[in-house]
Amino acid sequence: MNKNLINKVVSTTCPFCGVGCNLQLHINDNFIYKITSPFDGIVNKGNLCVKGRFGYDFIYNKNRVTTPLIRKTPQKPGARTQAFDKNEWREVSWDEALDYAADRLTEIYKRDGSEAMAVYCCAKATNEDNYLLQKLYRALFRTNNIDHCTRLCHAGSVVGLQKALGSAAMSNTASEVIKSDVFIITGSNTAETHPIIAIQMKAAVEKYGAKLIVVDPRRVEMVNYATLWLPEKPGTDVAVFSGMAHVILKEKLYNQQFIDDRTENFREFAQSMEKFTPEYVESVSGVKKELIIEAARLYANAERGAIYWALGISQSTHGTNNALSLINLALLTGHIGREGTGLNPLRGQNNVQGASDSGAMPWHYPGYQEVNQEEVALKFEKAWNIEPGGLNRNLGLTTTEILRHVHDGGVRSLYIMGENPMMSEPNLNEAHKHMQELEFIAVQDLFINESGAYADVFFPAGSFAEKDGTFTNTDRRVQLVRKALEPIGLARPDWEIIADLAKRIESRLGRPNSSFWDYTHPSQIMDEMGSVAPSYAGIKYDRIQKVGLQAPVFDKNHSGTPYLFKDSFPSGRGKFHALDYQPIDEPADAEYPFILNTGRVLEHWHGGTLTRNSWLDDLYPEAKVEIHPYDAEANGIQTNDAIKVSTRRGEIFLRAEVTEKTIPGVIFIPFHFAEAAANFLTNDAMDPEAKIPEFKACAVRFEKVPENKLPHPENHQKRGRY
Amino acid sequence: MKKEIQLTIDGNTIQVPEGTTILKAAESIGIKIPTICYHDYCTANALCRICVVEIEGSRTLIPSCVAKVSSDMQVKTKSERVIKSRKTILEMLVSSIDLSESPEILNMIDEYEANPSRFPDAERREHAVIDDNPMFIRDYEKCILCWRCVQVCAEDAQYTFAINFSGRGYETQINTFYEKPLPETSCVFCGQCIGVCPTGALKPKREWLLQDGYQPEEIMLLTRTQRKKKTKSSARPSSGGSHE
Repeated sequence: MNKNLINKVVSTTCPFCGVGCNLQLHINDNFIYKITSPFDGIVNKGNLCVKGRFGYDFIYNKNRVTTPLIRKTPQKPGARTQAFDKNEWREVSWDEALDYAADRLTEIYKRDGSEAMAVYCCAKATNEDNYLLQKLYRALFRTNNIDHCTRLCHAGSVVGLQKALGSAAMSNTASEVIKSDVFIITGSNTAETHPIIAIQMKAAVEKYGAKLIVVDPRRVEMVNYATLWLPEKPGTDVAVFSGMAHVILKEKLYNQQFIDDRTENFREFAQSMEKFTPEYVESVSGVKKELIIEAARLYANAERGAIYWALGISQSTHGTNNALSLINLALLTGHIGREGTGLNPLRGQNNVQGASDSGAMPWHYPGYQEVNQEEVALKFEKAWNIEPGGLNRNLGLTTTEILRHVHDGGVRSLYIMGENPMMSEPNLNEAHKHMQELEFIAVQDLFINESGAYADVFFPAGSFAEKDGTFTNTDRRVQLVRKALEPIGLARPDWEIIADLAKRIESRLGRPNSSFWDYTHPSQIMDEMGSVAPSYAGIKYDRIQKVGLQAPVFDKNHSGTPYLFKDSFPSGRGKFHALDYQPIDEPADAEYPFILNTGRVLEHWHGGTLTRNSWLDDLYPEAKVEIHPYDAEANGIQTNDAIKVSTRRGEIFLRAEVTEKTIPGVIFIPFHFAEAAANFLTNDAMDPEAKIPEFKACAVRFEKVPENKLPHPENHQKRGRY
Repeated sequence: MKKEIQLTIDGNTIQVPEGTTILKAAESIGIKIPTICYHDYCTANALCRICVVEIEGSRTLIPSCVAKVSSDMQVKTKSERVIKSRKTILEMLVSSIDLSESPEILNMIDEYEANPSRFPDAERREHAVIDDNPMFIRDYEKCILCWRCVQVCAEDAQYTFAINFSGRGYETQINTFYEKPLPETSCVFCGQCIGVCPTGALKPKREWLLQDGYQPEEIMLLTRTQRKKKTKSSARPSSGGSHE
């Protein structure tokens, strides 16, 4: 006989990717035993992916930290070590942990000033958590060294969109894809990384007759639905998309009226496209010229053409230019500012859009207001009760720069909320050295991950199910996250930890004016954020109880913005950019003859802090390197062989997966697996403007090694899915 | 603008847009026709026949979930013939399938005063629970073959095509191709199938274990190997508990 479960149902928002699916948590005695989704849900219509439906059990994992911790052995710069074992930590009270952190941070700030302070905010935490943490560092430590993983993610797209259009988000709503007649997916393995958007895309092709063009060095699942697949060599995006622009210009397929009415700089751009003949593009990208011509005609002749992209575009030393090459195409054809069209960077994390909107960025206050603009600084000084001239007017350091600046006279302390830079930074051997040089590290997370293991003090944070707040999804929809569970152990919501810490720091600094930290509910934080960030002015908790609103929402009567740029761009006219092709920073050579591409898999999440502590790990328990059958045969490699993969920066050991999912000359490794972390291999060369590293392409070699070289040869799961 | 069609349902004359199903037309005037296999977000298939109605001039009963309205149609949703048919369908279902977790069907059995022991010689469907992955179980004793799981795995949602019917006649059941364990199929474990399962035949593993008397702590202490086990008893941790 089955036990009847007490079924308390709480509606909330998924904590994994940027799609922002509606979840209903079914709870029996503080234990979530099932997740469903309402079929009338606006974002996902009852559909979920494996992470959303099953991946929440990290909440109850026995490895979760539920008590504040302080390291038993005091850590010294240069000799800092990782402590994964809870025995290396002392369980302490919240008061002791917070006082200790406040003491150490204040001491370093008083001694070395704001340059010594830095914080990683978190694209998984709520808008309220992020708003508060950036406020703490700006208002109390007077620094703009505030960033989060958006830098490693869509920085190139954001800078490109800001330069050309003055905006930094998806222009349209993802579900509008069924209204497109032609759409391009590039640099996105949508079926695995945005599964719910992918099923809408599949329906667009199969049920609504849309034609799909995939431009990607991997034969991702969406290629099965594509009319055209352009298998480009990694890093040749500018060439391919400028080749398409060249064809559109030569064949006069552009939208003259749109160009005249809404754009600028056309002539200079058109001139720069002269050299991108299909023949030239084929020679650098490996894509047959016929495919480029056909793709150009298909997209240009569409009634409503849309472009969707992800990190294959942005994670490049010319990520900004890659994004600009897409923007140029949309401006050229007028496929922007209408339903079913648009420029749509698919945001990775559940709240990466929101963390960026909340000002968790080194160059921007909440609402993308620039830190080096005097009137902006004055506005925030007034809002936060700070003396005129008190806030820092200098651009802060970005994620990767923060670690590079760890030295005497540079960054001395780091506060990490929920991120895992020791998995997500490129060239990890170098990143570890920088981390070890820090004088003080405070970490706020659920698990002791590769970064938290370096900390002096660990604050156990509540999971998404243990707190209230909002996430902003990839199509700018601000949705409620609801407290469904009593916090596990002594865990506390992030916003509470931050506010409590802020008060302790404030009293130690003797700051005469309080910036206000006495919140009793996150809705008050959102009200405050709305009062300083115009795009969130109309976001009120009572308005988003059932359905989220799409930012910008300019006032409490504004109904939100499903698609942007209907009549104009925030910058006025959309600006064409002249572009030139640049190769990747580290091309293949005789010593390292292949190119390494990195990315994600369906079952795992980024640095693995959550999913590797979930039963999800059973489905995909080990790292694998994808090698094309052609290269595998030439090197005597078969599926499941143990392989050593090395670059000039590091080496890892993992199993081979021989598959046509990658193209000849390119191997692919997902970056979630600490025991074979792809980022030990990646190149930390950066885009000069966006400061995003080139995760997607570097020179690499591989060789077969004995099975016993694998870190966990026993963790093997036979798998049938593509 | 679609053409409006006039028809009569249970004596009420109404107008609905051309292409509306009888089920939706009835719903629009508050007449609820019972459904089992029908789901608002799946393609209707008329498999279970519980939604049949009587139409004047039609030899057979008509499944209202797929039949479209036509001009001057005279529909009876609760005629004697309709009630008898529904009752028989419910009696056949309950005599061969475990409906213990199908509250909607159990309510219908009450409502239609269906006799659970009308077919005492019926052979009950007996299947061992298929526990071949850490995410969800398949308990086909509870399966009424409504087809929804197959549809959402295919064009109704996921385009994954991991499951289909296998066998014929009485042997028909939902299965993977070649009866492979799910992790070795094209299954992506989205669980859309669980979302539309009306009878508890598909169930998240943790819910299944919890219902079986496991404590949350015991569930979370299962090892990787135990979580993947094919049978429930061997997945049990050594600590014991209120297993019956």
